[in-house]
Amino acid sequence: MKNYVIRRILQLIPVLFGISVLIFAVMKMIPGDVISGILGIEATPELRAQLAAKYGLDRPYVVQYLDWIGGVLHGDFGESIRTSAPILPEILSRFKVTAELTILAAIISWIIAIPLGVLAAVKRNSWVDRFVRVFALLGVSVPGFALSILLILVLSLCFNYFSPLGYVGFFEDPLRNLEIMILPSLILGVSISGSVMRMTRSSVLEVLRQDFIKTVRAKGASERVAIFKHALRNAMIPIITLIGMQIGSLLGGAVIIEQIFSLPGLGQMTLTGINQRDYPVVQGCVLFIAFVYVMVNLITDILYAYIDPRISYD
Amino acid sequence: MEHLLEIRGLSIDLPRGRRQPPVKLVEGVDLNIDKKQNFGVVGESGCGKSITCSAIMGLLSYPLTVGEGSSIRFQKEAGDEVEITKLSPAELRKLRGKDISMIFQEPMTALDPMYTIEEQINETLRFHTSLSKAEMHQAALEMLQKVKIPRAEQILQDYPHHLSGGMLQRVMIAIALINNPRLLIADEPTTALDVTIQAQILDLMNELRESYDTSVIMITHDLGVIAETCEHVAVFYAGQVVEEASVEEIFHATAHPYTEGLLRSVTSLGGAKKELYTIKGMVPAAGNYGIGCRFADRCDRCMEICKTQAPALTEIAPGHKCRCWLHAGGAEKEAAV
Amino acid sequence: MRRLGQTIRDLWRDPMGRIGMVGILLLIVTAIFAPYVAPYGPEKMIAMPKTAPCAQYLFGTDNYGRDIFSRVLYGARVSLEVGIIAVGIGATAGYVLGLIAGYFEGWIDRIIMRIMDILFAFPSILLAILVSTVLGRGLVPTMVAIGIVNIPVFARTVRASVISAKGLEYVKNAESVGVKTVSILIRHISPNVVAPFTVQATLALSGAILTEASMSFLGLGIQPPDPSWGSMLSEARAFMEQAPWMAIFPALFIIVTILLFNILGDSLRDALDPKLKL
Repeated sequence: MKNYVIRRILQLIPVLFGISVLIFAVMKMIPGDVISGILGIEATPELRAQLAAKYGLDRPYVVQYLDWIGGVLHGDFGESIRTSAPILPEILSRFKVTAELTILAAIISWIIAIPLGVLAAVKRNSWVDRFVRVFALLGVSVPGFALSILLILVLSLCFNYFSPLGYVGFFEDPLRNLEIMILPSLILGVSISGSVMRMTRSSVLEVLRQDFIKTVRAKGASERVAIFKHALRNAMIPIITLIGMQIGSLLGGAVIIEQIFSLPGLGQMTLTGINQRDYPVVQGCVLFIAFVYVMVNLITDILYAYIDPRISYD
Repeated sequence: MEHLLEIRGLSIDLPRGRRQPPVKLVEGVDLNIDKKQNFGVVGESGCGKSITCSAIMGLLSYPLTVGEGSSIRFQKEAGDEVEITKLSPAELRKLRGKDISMIFQEPMTALDPMYTIEEQINETLRFHTSLSKAEMHQAALEMLQKVKIPRAEQILQDYPHHLSGGMLQRVMIAIALINNPRLLIADEPTTALDVTIQAQILDLMNELRESYDTSVIMITHDLGVIAETCEHVAVFYAGQVVEEASVEEIFHATAHPYTEGLLRSVTSLGGAKKELYTIKGMVPAAGNYGIGCRFADRCDRCMEICKTQAPALTEIAPGHKCRCWLHAGGAEKEAAV
Repeated sequence: MRRLGQTIRDLWRDPMGRIGMVGILLLIVTAIFAPYVAPYGPEKMIAMPKTAPCAQYLFGTDNYGRDIFSRVLYGARVSLEVGIIAVGIGATAGYVLGLIAGYFEGWIDRIIMRIMDILFAFPSILLAILVSTVLGRGLVPTMVAIGIVNIPVFARTVRASVISAKGLEYVKNAESVGVKTVSILIRHISPNVVAPFTVQATLALSGAILTEASMSFLGLGIQPPDPSWGSMLSEARAFMEQAPWMAIFPALFIIVTILLFNILGDSLRDALDPKLKL
């Protein structure tokens, strides 16, 4: 098992490398002169050279890349052009917000989606099944921001409920924190639950058709044993893979939700960076988010290997 | 009750929605299985032999159902008879794996890949006995040895994907027989295996018959397997039994033209035959049967009456039944018309 | 061609498939004929701002006094245009890459799939945002960005189909007889790829429309004053109390459009998959 984990981590390294190169390359391709953006067009050549030297912009691309990556590996993501504040600490503190949002949303989606998905598969063509299929379809089709806006509209106009503004950390004031996070996480969670529900349903249906389920029944097992002991365990594998990919959608969706609910998260930081042309910030944020996504996928892969005895560890 | 298993008027329905009557995939099947008998059920794919046997265990997959008027009577322990079609799900579960067992065609996918062999053997023991863990381990070990699996101790800890098809099928047989069932249904157990492994498995099953009290229903499309293992045979075609006889009579006193066709299709190794014989035409799709004999349009010796009246399964010699006008006095009926 | 007719008939039989097909057809017609059907131009500030829906302005007017009904109709054009072209780019590039990777395997397969893995490592919105920072905002950059986002999915789907098609008997026969590679790719392998590819394309369209709406919502996609449902929704946020209709109608149209494509994609998948009969 240890060998497997080590191997998977090693396989990640080229991917992470590729991602960092891609991000760096993209940043360099952005049209417009960074220096003019900061100093204005009338800046003197000496001032420009000074600033260029400060940011290392006068050196060859490869060197710039290595500088940046070297820094990253030491925990130095550089400084924001706008605020001159170091980037990594801010990423980390904002990441707490995004992580909370994402985790709450994920948990909500699992609580809704998995039991309903299993129920729909087991009771085929019952009203549960039909309800689940419709709900899942809607879940996949209603984008998070549309749902947010409509919900906010309904809540404010019909119930006079306004989501509290401002943000408070969980460890400072748990109740207030949850009050603030409940609506955004609910919306994000519900919009993700659609595809998890579908995947669970089709996965369980697929497994129930397999031969070994017939064998289990032929041994005299009750439906409950057949489903919980055998079908679910086999169905979990594709579901876990899906959940890994879900995190990607969650992170992406979080970006928008943070915007709508004014949550000081990583997504908001990235967008602000883009809008203000603060490229080191954008570089750092995107790299961090991609890194988190890759890590989560690694964890799901390992989980997957742990559950399925067919995966060889060597 | 005279026999171990008595099937009367079994039909199996496939519902087609509220507005149409269901399609009868199997119709009017009557069969008797005796104690310690080896009964073969032979026919092409789709003729209904598998689902008939699934129905015996109450294991028809959704949405198939047993039709009205069907009866399946089974004799459990001495004197205790049950009507399988009327049992509750809980009672059926007690029957499965203990009194009636089943093994399937694809050994490679018949076991749950997530659990070890020992866990899966123990599962059936736990459902039907109250042995302790140590006792179960011992029983499993002995059973694996009985089915001639080498290094049984090691195999118990393996997962299904570590074993070959032949080994897996032996494990399946072990699981099926460990609770000493009165009836074992073997649904094409060797079809997915190599010829040499096939021979081994059939030999194993023949040997085990000596030591166990179990009757075996052997479902297959391969007449060679029938010849090697069975005493009595029923031939299925298009959802009905068309001939039923002892193995000798099926091979040497064949009555039904379909059975004859099947026998001729088996290529003989030593023969000087130049062409493969095939029965002309195709099996009619379920629900699209005409009014006469279902084999009529493929039969060499079809008569007028065959096309208009469906023959009944009649006894043409002691212990030999056939569903064909050629033997049920069809010729006289023809002449009389 | 015959398969196309058969598929359409199968789709028609399925009630959901019928809804999907009819709905999307209506949408396409609306998009094409928007300039003729819409009572006013999408940018004309002709009326009193923030009027409630009435006979003259079916969906009301926005804060600039523009007719929302017209804007929504024009928005359909934009969404469909972006969706179709973006998916077109992604599907074409993905198809070629997947075909090459799947058929030739070996080192070229590994390189292509590695690059796809890297692209896949980004959540799609993030990737689209990233690309659009390079290419800028507006119609064409958005299309290209979403197109690039779609490439990995198509490449993977096509590659999987190609690999399984390669194992088919008649393909091996063709190869052994010496049929030219290009010919094999076109005549033998491609037909097997069509089914999953088509389903993927339909679902990708729904995703593309969603991504475009999200990007426009964030201010990165279609730029005002061009009408896009996403940007309309974003503009509506400030006026939700005074003019809720500014938000309701774009939101509704986004949801319904994505829903229709998903329904069609699902029904298509059921119609084309032989295993799912029964």
